[in-house]
Amino acid sequence: MAKIILEDGSIFEGQSFGASISTAGEVVFSTGMVGYPEALTDPSYLGQILILTYPLIGNYGVPEKKLWESDSLKISGLIVSNYIDTPSHFQSKRTLGEWLKDEKIPGLEIKDTRFLTQKIRAKGTMLGKIILDKDVAFYNPDKDNLVEKVSTKKVYVHTSGVGYVHTSGKKQKTVLLIDCGAKKNIERCLVKRGARVITVPWDYDPFNLQHPSPLNNFDAIIISNGPGDPKMAEKTINTISKALNKKIPILGVCLGHQLLTLAAGGDTKKLKFGHRSQNQPCILKNSNRCYITTQNHGFTVHKIPKGFKTWFENANDGSNEGIIHESLPIMSVQFHPESTPGPNDTEWVFDYFLQKL
Amino acid sequence: MKKVLILGSGALKIGEAGEFDYSGSQAVKSLKEEGIKTVLVNPNIATIQTSKLLVDTVYFLPVNSFFVEKIINKEKPDGILLSFGGQTALNCGVELYEKGVLDKNKVEVLGTPVSSIILSEDRDTFAKHLHKIGLPTPKSGAAKNIKDAIKISQSVGFPVMIRAGFALGGQGSGVAHNKKQLEEIVAHALSFAPQVLIEKYLHHYKEIEYEVVRDKYDNCITVCNMENMDPMGIHTGESIVIAPSQTLNNFEYQTLRNAAIKIARSLNIVGECNVQFALNPYPEKKLMRGDASGGVQRSASSFELERLEGAPLDERAAGPRTQNNIDYYVIEVNARLSRSSALASKATGYPLAYVAAKLALGKNLTEIKNKVTRVTQVCFEPALDYIVVKIPRWDIEKFKGAEEKIGSSMKSVGEVMGIGRMFEEAYQKAIRMLDLDFEGATSKLLLKKGESLTSLLKNPTPKRMFAIAAALKRGMSIKKINNLTGIDPWFLYRLKNIVDEERTEQSEEARLQAKQERRGKAVRSIKKALSKERLLHLKQLGFSDRKIGELVGTTGLEIRTLRKKYSIIPSVFSIDTLAGEFEAKTNYLYLTYNGNHNDVEPLKKNGVMVLGSGPYRIGSSVEFDWTSVNTAQILKKHNKKSIIINCNPETVSTDYDISDRLYFEELTFERIADIYEFENPYGVIISVGGQTPNNRAKSLKAQGFNILGTDPENIDRAEDRSRFSKLLDELDISQPAWEKVTNVKQAISFCSRVGYPVLIRPSYVLSGTLMRICHNVDDLTRFIKKAAIVSKEYPLTISKFIEDAKEIELDAVSKNGEIKASVISEHIENAGVHSGDATIVLPVQKIYVSTQRKIEEIGSKIASRLMVSGPFNIQFLAKDNQVQVIEVNLRSSRTFPFISKVTGIDLIKLSVDSFFGESTIENDSIQNVENMNFVAVKAAQFSFARLTGADPILHVEMASTGEVACFGEDLEEAFLKAELAVGGKIPKKGIFLSLGAEENKMKFLESAKMIQKLNIPIYATEKTSAFYNKNGVSVKPLFKIHEKKSPNILECFERGRVDLAVNIVDSHVKKIIDDDYAIRRAAVDHNIPLFTDIKKAELFIKAITSKKLETLPIKSWDEYLHSVVK
Repeated sequence: MAKIILEDGSIFEGQSFGASISTAGEVVFSTGMVGYPEALTDPSYLGQILILTYPLIGNYGVPEKKLWESDSLKISGLIVSNYIDTPSHFQSKRTLGEWLKDEKIPGLEIKDTRFLTQKIRAKGTMLGKIILDKDVAFYNPDKDNLVEKVSTKKVYVHTSGVGYVHTSGKKQKTVLLIDCGAKKNIERCLVKRGARVITVPWDYDPFNLQHPSPLNNFDAIIISNGPGDPKMAEKTINTISKALNKKIPILGVCLGHQLLTLAAGGDTKKLKFGHRSQNQPCILKNSNRCYITTQNHGFTVHKIPKGFKTWFENANDGSNEGIIHESLPIMSVQFHPESTPGPNDTEWVFDYFLQKL
Repeated sequence: MKKVLILGSGALKIGEAGEFDYSGSQAVKSLKEEGIKTVLVNPNIATIQTSKLLVDTVYFLPVNSFFVEKIINKEKPDGILLSFGGQTALNCGVELYEKGVLDKNKVEVLGTPVSSIILSEDRDTFAKHLHKIGLPTPKSGAAKNIKDAIKISQSVGFPVMIRAGFALGGQGSGVAHNKKQLEEIVAHALSFAPQVLIEKYLHHYKEIEYEVVRDKYDNCITVCNMENMDPMGIHTGESIVIAPSQTLNNFEYQTLRNAAIKIARSLNIVGECNVQFALNPYPEKKLMRGDASGGVQRSASSFELERLEGAPLDERAAGPRTQNNIDYYVIEVNARLSRSSALASKATGYPLAYVAAKLALGKNLTEIKNKVTRVTQVCFEPALDYIVVKIPRWDIEKFKGAEEKIGSSMKSVGEVMGIGRMFEEAYQKAIRMLDLDFEGATSKLLLKKGESLTSLLKNPTPKRMFAIAAALKRGMSIKKINNLTGIDPWFLYRLKNIVDEERTEQSEEARLQAKQERRGKAVRSIKKALSKERLLHLKQLGFSDRKIGELVGTTGLEIRTLRKKYSIIPSVFSIDTLAGEFEAKTNYLYLTYNGNHNDVEPLKKNGVMVLGSGPYRIGSSVEFDWTSVNTAQILKKHNKKSIIINCNPETVSTDYDISDRLYFEELTFERIADIYEFENPYGVIISVGGQTPNNRAKSLKAQGFNILGTDPENIDRAEDRSRFSKLLDELDISQPAWEKVTNVKQAISFCSRVGYPVLIRPSYVLSGTLMRICHNVDDLTRFIKKAAIVSKEYPLTISKFIEDAKEIELDAVSKNGEIKASVISEHIENAGVHSGDATIVLPVQKIYVSTQRKIEEIGSKIASRLMVSGPFNIQFLAKDNQVQVIEVNLRSSRTFPFISKVTGIDLIKLSVDSFFGESTIENDSIQNVENMNFVAVKAAQFSFARLTGADPILHVEMASTGEVACFGEDLEEAFLKAELAVGGKIPKKGIFLSLGAEENKMKFLESAKMIQKLNIPIYATEKTSAFYNKNGVSVKPLFKIHEKKSPNILECFERGRVDLAVNIVDSHVKKIIDDDYAIRRAAVDHNIPLFTDIKKAELFIKAITSKKLETLPIKSWDEYLHSVVK
């Protein structure tokens, strides 16, 4: 019998529908009801065993790779209540179970995922392990530099059509996307808006004068989402500090939000069980507006750096959801304006930022 | 904003039912919290919204611009809510706005502006509006006549969908595959709608809905999306609906969500709206060509660069497209609360109507707390960790002659919602919730031998869901079923799962039995046949104990015992709107076998269970929701916590703040017993939810549960005909002669002994007819042969039918056999019209005091003998000062809300008090009915127009879908208002009479003379007109429909010359050609008010000739009650 064991010793038995491989990681839950192919390929989930609280998973199978958020499954393991192996969707190329097996990720069907969720809600995020073939040790992903593992090794350049002229009549802008585990849709959202996007690794230093490169000509920096404790990505924080000194426009997303905060002198801490859902209400400070956002983070900004003010705030628990510089086009959001999965109500954040360039 | 007028939806009708009691009630609550005075116009007296509990002032008057204008003049409200009373309220609001009434009286329309409502209702203009904001609609055109309709359909191409503008519940719409069908549908639709929209029929597209909430600051969310299991072409009210959507991926989900929000913004919605989409399940086929160049594969086109700084840059274009294909259309937008929003509200736990009302007052979404969690915001989108399945309840077979086919207009009369953690679990629950003895997805009850499965799959009817299971069982491929039904294979696979598991069970059992038999011993132990794992698995898939018992050859109770031995008991889960992310203080619960913990602790002796009524249906409707809700309220006064069980998403009893605990669950014995055993409550109340809970009395008592009120043993004595008859004899109470017969010979012999006519009730029914009056031996034998089975197993009950007798009802509450309060009410129609269809009057008008005394005496005797505690109702026949008992129900009756609200005697309060030791109210508050100086009339609402082919005649079987009650200074005034409230009109053009037998013509003569004073033409059939012309009433003769000569009746109807039709038939007179049915049906199809009962027709004529619409007093409920002479 397959089982998941939590660090508090509790054991839940279930049916395996993925790879028959034991795994360990941090156990987290997400309450989003749609978009598991996007979620499971979100690099922010690296090192985590994910419980999906929506009970029926597998419904629309697995689409082609180009529709994913990265080119492989990023979760360590998957827990659902009712695995469905009969997708009917026209885009489905294989079942979720086949995908998990192909990429050697275990999947477990445990009927009472609600109980598991409540346990994590009450006690906080826990380490856990899925045992299938042999026992494995617990593993705490926060102790690792996960960003390094998911960041691109190569540099990519994306641009929209040749000869593209921005609708505003402005010259095409180039943005440097620091990939800390970026979801593909960040690039798509930028390119869609006419930007030229240079995606670089997490430790890429654009200010290294010893190595002048055409890549170092850019108008702004975007810091992507990514997994783990932001404090582990020191090299990225250093790069951001340099950029801040140079007053280069910056937009941080999720982990990028935390990294900007740290670089600017603020602080982050771990949340009890994080925000992982597609229904988090975020209030735009000093306005009547509230936006429904997708979120996937375990750490939060609890000290806003000097020179910045709160941009967004979570309507449920009051936690920080965004900061913005008092005078410069430097800003970041804890939620995912690129969504996928989830509502894209805050995609305007990209417009807002690009217009400032 | 100090005073707000709220428009209700009137009587329950097909397409507009209990969901608007839910939305109106929540709106009232929401406004009251803000300290706003509420004035409600709604003649539906059985609703909770028209209770003292909620609203400040109620007008039991028709919801139309005439009456509402007068109420506005009188009440001078500051604002008006139009979107909480369905299409009725919306149409009325638009009329008031267009007439300038609102402007003149400075009444502000709260919420969505009227201009947007008008825009969204005019299909042609709205389609243009959607194109302007870049949203696709099916190719279409609007037509005001048949000629244009044909032209448009030729350009759109067949098949086409025809929809009527400004109509509720898709009335009059349909799919036409050719010109002939088109002409029929369009002609019908144009008879009541000013225009029709003809659009491309999207064959087998998925139908998806979103519920959108928006505030005036432009905050906009979608609370729920829903997927119809049935494809386009079947009205969402007729579809099996699943929430959330199951087969949509993120891209499709978000694309449609974005479109829904875009629409809400473009319409400036403030409050709630519903958007329906058609989604192509296979867009690749259609979009391949157009998309090939647009979508560029990312990995191939994006340029890769090794990490070699300084290397030359080579860039290539990378399109932002992700090659996601979608082909969808916007189908419909309802700029108001709807049935779907009630469903979404119950499916998610999000109080949509409550929030919409707050937003209408100008609040920001972020200012409103989530009432369900009490810790989070309402500005969020609920996350479900369960699945819900809604299934409609149809009662089509209850309507003589009605077409069984379902399609783009509504026919269903109610719905249920099953909640589970697997589709199979939720679906099988929902099927049992229908309360039609279906034991699960594979029930064969509706399938007749020899019926073609292919045809059942292809032509949608209420049988289709069972035909799918049967086809799967026979091995029909998913692909073929998908082709025939258009149902997505995803759902079919789930059903196949159920069918396969059942097959496995049967074959395993068969194998085991064969093995055992070979060894010379029969299987005695079901434990051997069913392992713990196996039984748990079946329970997780939603099989009932009884069904499993059937599969392995034992009873449900034995499976229950085994199950408990294995410790397989369902978990109690709560619905908290956010999938467990926060600790919510919710009272909303369901049971599941896909879990192994409980979210709540049992209430034990503090709790009292109240069994609700289940789905609305013919014969059981919102009145039993009123009784359930009131019971829950009064339990508080006895310091008990209420635990409601109900499964109907259209109810108020299933609202978040009505009970201490709500189990949205089946009202089956198994489920009630599971909940009872978990909660271990003080007791269970079975007498306030209509007949369904009452039917559980015996089985629950057998488990040793504490049933509050009358002992189930005595309930059985009242319900078992033989035992009851004996009891009446013992008490020396008269009853119509009756006998139970087991063959035709016995039947004939009994009938000849007592004389015809007789009333027949079969215990097994072949066609829909349950009861029938037979007038002679031919009639009797024909009926038995055609419609019923008579055998030892299925005996027939025959009773003498007394003609021209009055029907009288006694509603009462008794405690330990002693009557605490009783009220007598009277039917306008003579016996022979079902009490649910009858017009009921309070106080009684034409009953001798001596008869009343007799009735009260009989009531006391029966209550005392059966030791009645709680509500009960007795039906009497009275003729020539003689009284006979026809029926006793030891539960609250349909008329409880009517009687309680008219007399001020709270029968539910007294009932609940009777279950406990002490009384919570002082007896002196009880009004004396005899001192009432007003009259109240309850009238039935019929929905025949929706039921193609149904015979709109009043008879012994109930056919009405709802009711209203209006007040007046006298019978005529109250009756006229009530008739106007159920769709009646004061005739202005002409009256058609067809009266049958000579004696009817004679009886009606006085009325005919009165009509003449109205100075409008009277038309009649040849004989009737000859009779009246001879008797001094000028009548124009018409040829019968079958005579095909001009001028004939049909012509006269079609040309709109008549706005009142009276058709009285003598059922004992058999005619060679039955023109009457054709006349009645033509009247209904041309939207002409019709009377088929002579007494009712006479009263109506008296009312319209003695009253003037203009001078009818406009008085609120309070004004009548306070006028009672003390």
